[in-house]
Amino acid sequence: MQPAKHDIIQQLQREVLSLQRHKGISGQQLHTGWGDIDKAFPGHTFPLGAVHEFISTNKENAAATNGFMAGLVGKLMQQSKQVLWISTKRTLFPPALNMFGIAPERIVFIDLCKQKEVLWAIEEALKCNALSVVIGELSELSFTESRRLQLAVEQSRVTGFIHRYNPRTENTVACVTRWKISHLASEMNGMPGVGFPKWNVALLKVRNGRPGTWQIEWSAGGFKQIAPQAFSISEMLQRKAG
Amino acid sequence: MGKRFIAIWFRHLTTDRMVRSQPELKDIPFVLSAPERGRMVIKAANIAAQEKGIQVNMVVADCRAIHPTLQVFDYQPGQAEKLLNALAEWCLRYTPVVATDLPEGLILDISGCAHLWGGERPYLKELLTKLRGYGYDVRAAIADTVGTAWAVSRFGQVSPIVASASQMEVLLPLPPAALRLEQSTLERLDKLGLHQISSFITMPRKALRRRFGQGLLSRLDQALGQEYEVIQPIQPAEPYQERLPSLEPIRTAKGIEIALSQLLEKLCLRLAKEGKGVRKCIFKCYRIDGNVQQIEIGTNQSSRNVRHLFKLFELKIATIAPALGIEVFTIEAPIVEDTSVIQDALWDFTEGGNGTAIAELLDRIAGKLGVGSIHRYLPDEHYWPERSLKVASSLAEMSETCWRTDIPRPIHLLPQPETIDVTVPMPDYPPMLFNYKGVLHHVKKADGPERIEQEWWLQQGLYRDYYCIEDEQGARYWLFRLGSYDSGEPKWFMHGFFA
Repeated sequence: MQPAKHDIIQQLQREVLSLQRHKGISGQQLHTGWGDIDKAFPGHTFPLGAVHEFISTNKENAAATNGFMAGLVGKLMQQSKQVLWISTKRTLFPPALNMFGIAPERIVFIDLCKQKEVLWAIEEALKCNALSVVIGELSELSFTESRRLQLAVEQSRVTGFIHRYNPRTENTVACVTRWKISHLASEMNGMPGVGFPKWNVALLKVRNGRPGTWQIEWSAGGFKQIAPQAFSISEMLQRKAG
Repeated sequence: MGKRFIAIWFRHLTTDRMVRSQPELKDIPFVLSAPERGRMVIKAANIAAQEKGIQVNMVVADCRAIHPTLQVFDYQPGQAEKLLNALAEWCLRYTPVVATDLPEGLILDISGCAHLWGGERPYLKELLTKLRGYGYDVRAAIADTVGTAWAVSRFGQVSPIVASASQMEVLLPLPPAALRLEQSTLERLDKLGLHQISSFITMPRKALRRRFGQGLLSRLDQALGQEYEVIQPIQPAEPYQERLPSLEPIRTAKGIEIALSQLLEKLCLRLAKEGKGVRKCIFKCYRIDGNVQQIEIGTNQSSRNVRHLFKLFELKIATIAPALGIEVFTIEAPIVEDTSVIQDALWDFTEGGNGTAIAELLDRIAGKLGVGSIHRYLPDEHYWPERSLKVASSLAEMSETCWRTDIPRPIHLLPQPETIDVTVPMPDYPPMLFNYKGVLHHVKKADGPERIEQEWWLQQGLYRDYYCIEDEQGARYWLFRLGSYDSGEPKWFMHGFFA
């Protein structure tokens, strides 16, 4: 009786998801290599064919966010598909993308002056199903604008990443997820030098999923989840007490 | 088929223009004058003034004696030329080859055009009625050669249309001035009592050359059609051009769209036959008030896909101001390139298809936001970070060299390195502290230095020693020191952020 009930619940969950327009792309899955983080997403897979929102508040975190996004894009890029990176005042340095498994020549950069133009370009790009990922960097995104983007991807099944740098308000938008990435000190285990990029990844909102916070490191061409160190917290407490 | 030309003569070009802008001057005698050797000399006079006996090149003071209330305005040099150019552009609706004939005429090559208006007579009538409607006092003539058309338009008394191959009969009774000769030649002919072309056309050529020079003979040959006369069209003919005249003036966006798609279909059909595609395309609308509106598109990849080209134009249709209406549409492709036929057939199914879809998206973006906004980067063989990449010129371009992946590069690179204040324990060591934009960072971990020398064949200057730095917050930076501590205090710069 018990397994049958479990099956029914899963079946119902799938139906609810399909009613909520969460389709995913048939036959395509993103292998993030995150282990149990995938359980935070609906259907236990990273939602493709949707728009994701990333928020960063300072330059250092913006770099961390772009690094994390580049890692995701590298995993997502198929052999034949190109990526559009649309921004104003871009500081991204293409040669660095090699580190995240992206051939920089497969990215087309659109450098614009106004936020309005960026929005138009993102929407047009999201409608083009020959692309795999569209990345847009802008600061303000209203609910209406985000809904237009969401409607565009529902037709074309393109994945969109919107990186909002220093937004005035963190308003509600129609994106499936909201992320905040911040940098963490790299681990060297007593060795000299600077280690692999390590981030504190906060999934603040996810539609039909469970938000959470994790620590992730980019090493050996893939994401690696790191268990948070218990002693570091006690150390902090001790310092505060002292 | 033989050539046919129209010569149009604007008898009072500049004064008619004045009357057009100030209708109250219509029946008042007035002249345009300019200073010449300390006197005001008349450069143009209207009909009313000429009836009073006032002629061009008279002195204004003398004319005031003839007619005390004569109105005098300033003559603007270059105005006639400007007017003629505008009129020539207007005439493009009648024929694609129009040339200006300074100081007061136009020459139209109408070979093969007149039948569209139902023959030469209705064609000429239509042209003259329109021009006279605008208030210009014009005369015109049609002939096989430019010279005869010119002569008949200025001096002809009988019919403005000279039948084919009958230049000789028409020219005989005309004065020598009809041959566009120099003033000195005309004076000499006059002195000898040769007041008609018929009186010297039969003379031996040798004698004519000796007395009047080669100029007279060549003008004679040009008028008779024995020597070819080249005219300089204001708009060189485009090899890839299509025209669409409209029955009634078009004023709506929908109408323009229909015209555009019809023209594009014609053009693309022709391009498909020749295996070519458009890289640049111009759509022109000739308005009934003489203005020309045009929109232009460019493509990243040569294309003859009507739907795609139409979409590119569609973004700009709103910028066309039809005003009272548009009577002729033309489309021309100044830049065309070869396209492979196979790619055309497999439009949407292969990798090439993907490329096409992306190229079309980029065309739309370039059309709306400018071509300069699209970049794609390839590695360049330089160590200097700012020069380590170059912009690719097309979507398909690939590089022979590989990207360098053995050394870390920051994901964000500042367009200009920014100065920072540092505390360094020892020369050639990474800093302990640095102050970037008023915030103090304590360095916890560091890598480096990575020395990058100036490429002396491109630029002179100090080398840079780069350090990867991690501060106590875990943020990672790319700093460099310009030069060494041997020569005083070197400057430190922030150049990028690592992920």
